[in-house]
Amino acid sequence: MSVTTADSRLKMHAKRKRINALALTLSLAAMAFGVFWLIWILFETVRLGLGGLNWATFTEMTPPPQAEVGGLANAIFGSALMVGMATFIGAPIGILAGVHLAEYGQKTRLGATVRFINDILLSAPSIVVGLFVYSVVVTRMKQFSGFAGVLALALIVIPVVIRTTENMLSLVPNALREAAYALGTPKWKVILSVTLKSARAGVLTGILLALARISGETAPLLFTALSNTFWTTDLGQPMASLPVTIFKFAMSPYENWQKLAWAGVFIITIGVLLLNILARVLFKNKH
Amino acid sequence: MAAILPPPTMTEPDRLDKARPQGEPPSRKRVMPWADAVFALSTAGAAWLTLALLLGILASLVVGAAPALREFGLAFLWTSDWDPVQQKFGGLVMIYGTLMTSFIALLIAVPVSFGIAFFLTELSPNWLRRPLGIAIELLAAVPSIVYGMWGLLVFGPLLATYVQQPLQSLFAGVPYLGALVSGPPVGIGILSAGIILAIMVIPFIASVMRDVFEVTPPMLKESAYGLGSTTWEVVWKVVLPYTKTGVVGGVMLGLGRALGETMAVTFVIGNMNQLNSLSVFEAANSITSALANEFAEAGEGLHQASLIYLGLVLFFITFVVLACSKVLLSRLKKNEGARS
Repeated sequence: MSVTTADSRLKMHAKRKRINALALTLSLAAMAFGVFWLIWILFETVRLGLGGLNWATFTEMTPPPQAEVGGLANAIFGSALMVGMATFIGAPIGILAGVHLAEYGQKTRLGATVRFINDILLSAPSIVVGLFVYSVVVTRMKQFSGFAGVLALALIVIPVVIRTTENMLSLVPNALREAAYALGTPKWKVILSVTLKSARAGVLTGILLALARISGETAPLLFTALSNTFWTTDLGQPMASLPVTIFKFAMSPYENWQKLAWAGVFIITIGVLLLNILARVLFKNKH
Repeated sequence: MAAILPPPTMTEPDRLDKARPQGEPPSRKRVMPWADAVFALSTAGAAWLTLALLLGILASLVVGAAPALREFGLAFLWTSDWDPVQQKFGGLVMIYGTLMTSFIALLIAVPVSFGIAFFLTELSPNWLRRPLGIAIELLAAVPSIVYGMWGLLVFGPLLATYVQQPLQSLFAGVPYLGALVSGPPVGIGILSAGIILAIMVIPFIASVMRDVFEVTPPMLKESAYGLGSTTWEVVWKVVLPYTKTGVVGGVMLGLGRALGETMAVTFVIGNMNQLNSLSVFEAANSITSALANEFAEAGEGLHQASLIYLGLVLFFITFVVLACSKVLLSRLKKNEGARS
């Protein structure tokens, strides 16, 4: 170090500053890169989706190839029914298990194991869930059915709700619990009317996020609910859903199908993004 | 409040009546003494259900794959025939497709995510931090089928014209590199699938990186700044070494996502069972796309069992990757409350 002259030190300094400037520029570019895709995808979805969207999209059934009119009514209905029922089944189970992790199992071995497994299920490939439901339900019933689709979606809801419920409950200050216990309240009542109640917004956020997640899920429905070109409310029958219909229509060479697929993509994207934003707003207002 | 209330107008016997205890004193017995046990049991039941779910998935995959497991054994993993007519199946093509697309995805996503996390934690003005963070998280919320359709009909053709064709003319005749970019430049294949997967996993990796960067003690960073470090040197030489387990955990999380992604890949990979050319422009197949395309039509028997075998392989790989990610992230969590 003693041999470094002032001149070489200045050079060193300039070099470090150059590297720094380069790194900052690249990081700015990375940020722009990320946002660029979001904007591009949203732009194309709106541009191509709005073109195919009209009143018939919501009132007509899915058309045969190259038909003049047609819509997505049965697919939209099927999606809404299956997603709604899956949330209805999956959310309570998820909340219960989340309560167990946060209130009973912070330090137990069961708690630690379930937490670990749940984090894996959260990111596990959804198509594998479809395979599971296929071999448990579809092969038994000898038929693809809306019910199998509901079950597959519910299995995806559960880990999402468990994770958010546990996180939200652990944000509730312990003083609240202790105050309730001091009044002689039994544990179940403390949980139901104190902890869960004060974490209400967070838990609801989790349910909305789960709803958003399964609204766009295609893979688990491919060989559980399959698809249906007709209107059906019978969960024992194959049932159309928006994502599977989009998949079928988008891969086809028919122009009217592709147009409808873009309209479907538009509906799904807007719906899912709105649910996400709603969940965030809800959570932010509370905290 | 009490001051505004009208004075008591009760007559004397009335007051005496009020002073006397009304009814029984509260009983010492608890209301519904069983409620606690029932509630605790039902929450524990739901927790056990989660465990049962994982075991159930594993068991059903093994049972479903059993015929193929017996017939082909482990050789399934490195043979590449896929012939439903002659009932000969091997999963090499799909396994290669899954691994290669995920590898390309990480190659792009890791540096970009690092840049985004760097920007969000060190560079961004405060008022921009939240909206930009949300924009990146919304990228994760877009359903994969939207990525798929956009990739096939919008992005693919552009990639073919503006990236693949120039690359081909640039590398034509160059050994190895030339072979890597040979094949029809139509915008579907391993490269497009990899790029779209990269866009899909960037939000996951970037948000984990941002979260772990934020737990670096400010003291460490400030000491480095105090010694005259530049922003880059602080992040590269102080923040990154401190959070490296978390960063690797985040990358593994992204890898787990990329491996299991179905729809986006099915749209753009081309669904061709070939491994004759290693070109990244060539249409290929992945585990998930094979399942999505063939499973509903596959007849019972060896074909279906082989597909389930592929599902089992996929589940095994993602399980290991995600378990590693979880362990690495929780190691960092022990030091400080990082979110995984």
